[in-house]
Amino acid sequence: MSLLEVRDLHVWFELPNGTELHAVQGVSFDLDHGERLGLVGESGCGKTTTILALMGLFPPSVSVAGEVIVNGENILGKGESLIRDYRWKELAMVFQGAMNALNPLMTVGRQIVEPMELHGIASGAAARKRAGELLEMVGIAASGADRYPHEFSGGMRQRASIAMGLACQPKILLADEPTTALDVMVQAQILELLVGLSNELGLALILVTHDLPVVAQVCERAAVMYAGKIIENGTTEDLYHRPRHPYTRLLFATTPDLYDDDDVISIPGVPPRLDRQIVGCPFQPRCDSAFERCSSEQPALKSLDVGHSAACHLNDVPVSVTAKPESSPRNGQALDAVDGSDDGS
Amino acid sequence: MNVVDSLATSLRADVSAPLLEVEQLKMHYPVARGMTERLARRPQRFVHAVDGVSFSVAPGEMLALVGESGCGKTTTAQAVLRMLKPTAGAVRFEGTDLSTLSQRKMRPLRRRLQMIYQDPYESLDPRFRVRQTIEEPMLIHGIGGSAKDRRQKAIEALERVGLTPAELYLDRYPHGMSGGQRQRVAIAASLVLDPVLLIADEPVSMLDVSVRAGVLSLLDGLRRQRDMGILMITHDLATASHFADRIAVMYLGRIVETGPIKEVIRNPQHPYTKALLSVVPQRDPRKMVKPLILTGEIPSPIDLPTGCRFRTRCPMAEERCGQIDPELRTAVAAKGDDHAVACLLA
Repeated sequence: MSLLEVRDLHVWFELPNGTELHAVQGVSFDLDHGERLGLVGESGCGKTTTILALMGLFPPSVSVAGEVIVNGENILGKGESLIRDYRWKELAMVFQGAMNALNPLMTVGRQIVEPMELHGIASGAAARKRAGELLEMVGIAASGADRYPHEFSGGMRQRASIAMGLACQPKILLADEPTTALDVMVQAQILELLVGLSNELGLALILVTHDLPVVAQVCERAAVMYAGKIIENGTTEDLYHRPRHPYTRLLFATTPDLYDDDDVISIPGVPPRLDRQIVGCPFQPRCDSAFERCSSEQPALKSLDVGHSAACHLNDVPVSVTAKPESSPRNGQALDAVDGSDDGS
Repeated sequence: MNVVDSLATSLRADVSAPLLEVEQLKMHYPVARGMTERLARRPQRFVHAVDGVSFSVAPGEMLALVGESGCGKTTTAQAVLRMLKPTAGAVRFEGTDLSTLSQRKMRPLRRRLQMIYQDPYESLDPRFRVRQTIEEPMLIHGIGGSAKDRRQKAIEALERVGLTPAELYLDRYPHGMSGGQRQRVAIAASLVLDPVLLIADEPVSMLDVSVRAGVLSLLDGLRRQRDMGILMITHDLATASHFADRIAVMYLGRIVETGPIKEVIRNPQHPYTKALLSVVPQRDPRKMVKPLILTGEIPSPIDLPTGCRFRTRCPMAEERCGQIDPELRTAVAAKGDDHAVACLLA
């Protein structure tokens, strides 16, 4: 049994005009003990919404459906009363920009002690001692507990917010763009820390990011999201070398690589609006390999190989256009990167 | 100076004549002293934000200025644009030294020297329609002719940045546009002044990955087709490697390595450049490079280390590194004499 099973997760936001925005549209995935999973995609694809739903951190006006099974129990089943027992203790989260969200009026140590006391893990001197240990675990001297966030650099604040996430000894850490605002060297330090923690503590990690190379180097597996759905799920190696969805291939091709001189491209168009019914494949208007079926029928996520699934009609066509073995992911039709293709409407 | 002036004019057609020449640029800020420090007559201390930086940009060339936050790359750009008055050094733009020019004399030159900012969500006025944003620079500089002419120029600029048909965008507000479109509008607003040098400060870091290449290719096309020089400030080495011709790596207010970009990336000489390159994540999960992660953070630019300023984090530092401040010179293992490094060990 997996540590975490997400089954057919949906999230709807109510818009002021009375319509609903279907932000997450039936997301399912598994996560094992100590596994590192990347959740990637463009802004607005639903990656952050998905992990906020796992944490049960939405106000009542947001509707959530589906199952989030931890230790065999559906934590979404009984509302806030049940989720509270799991939040921070089983699943913890490092929020996007967490390093800028620390309380400036509280010492860093106090902020790490707070969740422990709230969840009855430890209190008083024991909690303070543990806060010091946690800080050392993330590479900050225990004496840092008595300091205020403004005395820390950005990298140290991010370390402190990771320590805070680990306060209640969770088995799963959800990290939302943990390195986005950091410099390359500090980014490398934080990623090394997260990988080290996951190896040493057997911590399972979900890394939410738009940065594919980061996922390629940190995670064994990744789920690519588009318009609220997972459109491809597999090992990072499969995704890079044998992508089975044009979006995955194009997403890699938008990312420049230090030692690869291939042209970088941009993907024309913008993702579809999620407050309207989508007919056909949501990626069809931007896809370089679309055919008739794509505009009428929505492809389902299908298992193609062991641990590799994709939602693309091309995989039903005998000779696949998306997967040429061992070739670079830039094998589609060349896109004209120069034109003003990031056109919205 | 006159020689340089006449040279710059006579060589205007020559591609190799630099458009921008920065020489030994220094930007030092005094550190505020408290009453007790003043009474105790403690010496005035300085933040050495930029501490002797030299580089040049030729027409049609893209130079990438890379380094971590606080290394002085943005300060360098601001000093070049005379948003700051340099403490020392020269900034020669088409042969004229900008560092001593008055703001009034600077103004006509600003047309030819434009800046693209990092965040198109903040750099555009939310109350201005696209048309106003693009026409504003022409009004300020008193060019562009009649209202009709200006409109025509705005249309041409929009088309040049790929926002076509331009009529569709003229009357829109920034809030209705994507990040990539906004950055294109910002670029269009600088193009109407016919600049010969663009300074782009992290032009795509705020944009979604799927549109970054489009904006960068646009800048790339401008320099190739219009012979514009571009100084791109970035921390993204992979992006720099794809679009720039040359690179200058900065650390604590100094350039520690510079040269043709491919040469520096394939054959880095400075330990800092090597470390920076090693931590750039690669797309291919199989190509796992052992990252050379530097511990700690950049030292304070107030109390600089003696000798080489990188030695406190350098994995190879020797005793002499604490005594000698290395100058930028041709690297021993360089393939050409345009590859320079500031390291005693390279």
